[in-house]
Amino acid sequence: MFPTPIEKRPRAAQITYQALVPLALVMWLLPLIAVALFSIRPLSDFTNGNYWGVPSSFEFFTNYGKVFLESDMPRYMLNSVLITVPTVIGAVALSCMTGFALGIYRFRGNLLIFFMFIAGNFVPFQILMVPVRDLTVDMGLYDTKLGLVLFHIAFQTGFCTLFMRNFIRALPFELIEAARVEGVAEWRIFWFIVLPLMKPAIAALAVLIFTFIWNDYFWAIVLTQGPDAQPVTAGITSFNSQFVAQYHLMSAGSIVAALPPVAMFFLMQRHFIAGLTLGAVK
Amino acid sequence: MTSTFKASIAALATTTMLAGAAGAGSHSNLEGTLRIISDMSNPAPRAIMESLAADFDAMHPNLSVELEIVDREAWKSQIRNALSANPPDVINWYAANRMGPYVDSGLFMDISDWWAAGDFAGLESVQGAMTIDGKQWGVPYTYYQWGIYYREDIFNELGLTEPATFEEEIANCQKILDAGKKCYSIGSKFLWTAGGWFDYLNMRTNGFDFHMQLAQGEVAWTDDRVRETFANWRKLIDMGAYIDDHQTYSWQEALPFVVNGEATAYLIGNFAVPHLREAGLTDDQIDFYQFPKIADVAMGEDAPTDTFHVASGATNIDAAREFLKFVTSPDVQTRINGPDGLGQLPVNANASVADDEFIQQGFEMLSQNATGGIAQFFDRDFPAEMASIGMEGLQEFMVFPDNLEDILGRLEQARQRIYK
Amino acid sequence: MTAVTDPTVPRSWMQRNRMTVTPLLFLAPGILFFAVYVIIPIFQSFYISTYEWNGLGELSEQGEFVGLRNYQELMTDRAFEVSLWNNVKWLALYLLAIPAGLFIALFLNQTIAGIRIYKSLFFFPFVLSQVVVGLVFSWFYLPREGLLNAVLGFFGLGSVNVLGDPTLATYGIIAAGLWPQTAYCMILYLTGLNAVDPEQIEAGRLDGAKGWRMLWHVILPQLKPATFIAFVVTIIGALRSFDLISVMTNGGPFGSTRVLSFYMFEKALSEYGFRMGYGSAIAVVLFLIMLVFIGYFLWQMYQDEKSARR
Repeated sequence: MFPTPIEKRPRAAQITYQALVPLALVMWLLPLIAVALFSIRPLSDFTNGNYWGVPSSFEFFTNYGKVFLESDMPRYMLNSVLITVPTVIGAVALSCMTGFALGIYRFRGNLLIFFMFIAGNFVPFQILMVPVRDLTVDMGLYDTKLGLVLFHIAFQTGFCTLFMRNFIRALPFELIEAARVEGVAEWRIFWFIVLPLMKPAIAALAVLIFTFIWNDYFWAIVLTQGPDAQPVTAGITSFNSQFVAQYHLMSAGSIVAALPPVAMFFLMQRHFIAGLTLGAVK
Repeated sequence: MTSTFKASIAALATTTMLAGAAGAGSHSNLEGTLRIISDMSNPAPRAIMESLAADFDAMHPNLSVELEIVDREAWKSQIRNALSANPPDVINWYAANRMGPYVDSGLFMDISDWWAAGDFAGLESVQGAMTIDGKQWGVPYTYYQWGIYYREDIFNELGLTEPATFEEEIANCQKILDAGKKCYSIGSKFLWTAGGWFDYLNMRTNGFDFHMQLAQGEVAWTDDRVRETFANWRKLIDMGAYIDDHQTYSWQEALPFVVNGEATAYLIGNFAVPHLREAGLTDDQIDFYQFPKIADVAMGEDAPTDTFHVASGATNIDAAREFLKFVTSPDVQTRINGPDGLGQLPVNANASVADDEFIQQGFEMLSQNATGGIAQFFDRDFPAEMASIGMEGLQEFMVFPDNLEDILGRLEQARQRIYK
Repeated sequence: MTAVTDPTVPRSWMQRNRMTVTPLLFLAPGILFFAVYVIIPIFQSFYISTYEWNGLGELSEQGEFVGLRNYQELMTDRAFEVSLWNNVKWLALYLLAIPAGLFIALFLNQTIAGIRIYKSLFFFPFVLSQVVVGLVFSWFYLPREGLLNAVLGFFGLGSVNVLGDPTLATYGIIAAGLWPQTAYCMILYLTGLNAVDPEQIEAGRLDGAKGWRMLWHVILPQLKPATFIAFVVTIIGALRSFDLISVMTNGGPFGSTRVLSFYMFEKALSEYGFRMGYGSAIAVVLFLIMLVFIGYFLWQMYQDEKSARR
C-alpha cells in the first residue's frame, strides 16, 4: 500500500493524522457549510449584518417550509424527476443493446461505430445547440419534458455505450459460445445470458445518468422555459428572483435542489463509484 | 407559475374589483385557453399579475387562463425563444425602441385596429410609446418616474436639504462622505442601473434632445459633449460617492445599504419604494427629489413604460384582445398601480393616481417639471444591441473611470456598425 | 458421414446471416437516436455557420449565405478574443485538478476508523449540480456577506471582491470549478491506488525508494490509466464550462469572464436577435479545439484496443 500505512508510523504521527483528516474535511467543505448555515438563519440576521455570528434564532422549518410551500420549487423538482427517470430508462435500455452488439459481435465497422459513440460523447454542447433546438421546435416539442428527454437519451447513449461495451467485453465469452453451440437464438442469449450478468453495470449507469441529467442546466435553458417543463437547475434562477437578496431562502432552495442526487450518491455509493472509475484500473 | 384558476373561483367571488371591471359581462363568449407569460417576478408585481389572471379567468367562465411567471432578468434572454418557438397569447415587455427587434422580425402582432376601434380609451397620451412605423404593437400597463430616493432622516441629521443643482448635490455628498457614509447605493450587476445614471447626467449636461440624438445614433460617442457628461459623472466617482463592489450586486441586493443607512440615496425607479417600506423604513425616513440641474437645459426625465403584447403566433386572439382591454381599463389601472400593488403610475388618463407620497410626487414631476421631455430609459431608447454594449461600457466606467478612452472607442465602433 | 445440418431443410436467410443481422438490429435504435441528435447536428452546425440566419423559418429560405464572413467577423471581435483567452486559462488551470486530486487521494489512502465516510464526504461536491456549486461559491465570494472575506478579515487581511474584479473573476470561477473536478480526480486515483501491485512496492522499498522517488518511479506508472481518464474528463470539463459562468457572473463584469461556450449561447439566443450563423461559427471553433483532444483520446484508446484484441 502506498503511502505507508499510518499504523506503521509512530504514535504521534497517527494522532496528528487523525486530527488532520476532519480538519481538512471542514476546510474542503467550507463553502457548503457556509450555505448550510445561511439556510437556517432568520432574515433579520442579514439585515443586521450578522452573517457569521451565532444565528439569532433557528429558522430551519420556516425557511425550508417556505421553499416547499410558497414557491414553485416542488413543481420544478417533479419536472426534474419526470425528465430524469425516463432518460435513465431510455439511455440504459438503448445502450444495453448497443453495448451487446459492439461487445459480442465482430463485424466490419464495429470499432468505427464504437468510436463514433465515444467521439460524440465528448463534443461541446454548443456545436449541437442550434440544430437540436431547431429540431425540437419543428417537432413541436419545445418547452416540453419529452423534448428534453429525447435529446438526453440520445446524447447519453454515447457514454452508456462506451461503458456497456467495455463491461460486456470483460464478461466470460465462453458462456456465449457454449450457448451458441447449443443453438440458442441470439436474442435469447442477450435476454437470458448477457442481461442478467449486466445487472451491476446497469445499476452503476442508472445512478450515474440520474446524477448527470438531474444536474443538467444548459439544455434545460435551451429547450425549455418556465415551470411547466423546466427542471430544478433552471428553476432555481426564478426561485432566486422571487426571493432575491434573501440569502437564507436562496440557500435553502439550493440545498433542496441538490438533495436528490446527493441522496442517490450516498445510497448507491458503491455503484456510483464503480461507474465513474471504470477504466481507471486495467 | 402556471395554473388554471377555475378551482379558485369560489374564493374570488368576493373580489369586489370584479364588479367594476370594464366591459366585463358575465355572459362572456370567450372560450379556450389564454396563455400569458409574465416577467413580473418580484413579490408585489407577482401578486398583482396572479390576481389579474385570476380575475380575468373568473369573469369568463368558459375561458381558462394559464399564467406562467418567469424571472424578469432571465426573460430578457428568453423572450425571443418564447415568441418564436412556442408563442403564448400575451406577454410582458417594454415600450419604445426595445420593441423594435420583435416588431422587425414579425413576432409582435400589429394591434393598430384595436387602438383605432377605441379599445383603449384614455390611453391616447401613451400611444406614441407603443408606435413603430405608424402602427401600434401593444399596450402599456404602468409607468413610473425615476429620481433620487434618499434617507430623509439622515439628511436631517446631517443638516442637508434636497439639492437643486449639481454643485449642491456634490456639496451634500461631500458632507455625507465626511460622516462616514456613501452617497449612493447602486447594484450594477445587471448593468441597466448604470444606464439610469448616464441618462440623467447626459440629459442634464446636454439636454433631452441631444440625448435622443445619441440614442438614435446621430452623435458620435467620442463627441466632446458626451465626454463632458462622463466628466461630470467622474466627479462623483472620484469622490467615492458610490458604494464599493456595486458590480457584484443586483439592484435589490443594493437596497440594504440604504436600509441600514450606509448609503443615503439611490437613483432608481419608483418600484423600489415597496421594497424599502417592506424592509422597515417609514415614509418619514424616505423621500424623493428630482435629479438636480447641471447645465442650463430643460429637465428631461426617465419614465419607463412596461407593456403587454400579443404574440403574432397567438392562438386565442379574441381573449388576448379582451385581456388587454381589461388591464388598461380605468378601474383595473387604478387598482394595480395603487400603493398596495405596483405603487406606480396608471397609464389610463381616467384612472386615479393613488394618494401616496411618492406616486403623487412622481406624477407632479412628470406632468409639470419634465420640461425637456420624457425618455423611456437607456435600454429602451437605444437600439437593443447598442444598449447592451453601451451599458457594459457604463459599468466598466463606474469601476475603472480611467478606461474611458477605450470604452468610448468601443462604443463608437459599435455605433457605426449597429446603426449602419 | 452424417451432415450436421439436414440439406433438405434449407436454413432461412435469417439464420445464415444472424451474426451480421443481430448486431445491426441491436444497434439500430441507438445509432438512429445518436445520429439524429448528435452526429448530424455537428455537420449542420458547420453548414449553418456559413449563413446569416435569425432562426426563424427555414434556413434555406430565410437565411442568407455569407460564406466565411462569420469567421472573418470573429477575427476582429474583441469579445471573441477575450473568450478564447479565457478558454486557454480554463484549460491550463483546470488541469490542476489532477495533481490536487492525486494529493488528496494519497492523503486519504489510509485505513483509520471512519475513513470511508471521509472519502465519500470529500467526493461529494462532484455530485452537486454546477448550478448549485456556482451559487455556493458566489455566496462564498460575496464582498460583505461572504465567508471568504470573513476568513480573510479574521487573519487581518483586506477584503477582495473576487467576482467583481475583471482580473480575478475568471480565476474565481475556475477555482469553483476545480472543487468538484478535484473530487472526481481524487476518486479516480483512490480506485487506482487500490489496485497498485503491493509486490512492486515491496520491491521498490528493497531498492531503497521512498517518498517522492517511490511515487514517481513505482506508483505513478501504475496509475497511468487513472491519469489518462482524469486528463480526459478534465479537458472536456474545462471546455464545457458554461453553467458556472452563467450562474456566477453571467459573463461579467464587462464581459471579462466569457468563454467560447458562453459567448456562443449569448450570440445565438440573445434578446436583440438570434445570430444562429455567428453563434454556430463560434461553436465550430470550440469544436475544432475539442477535436484536437478528441483525436488524441481516440488514438490512445485505439492503441489499447489493438493490444487487447482477442
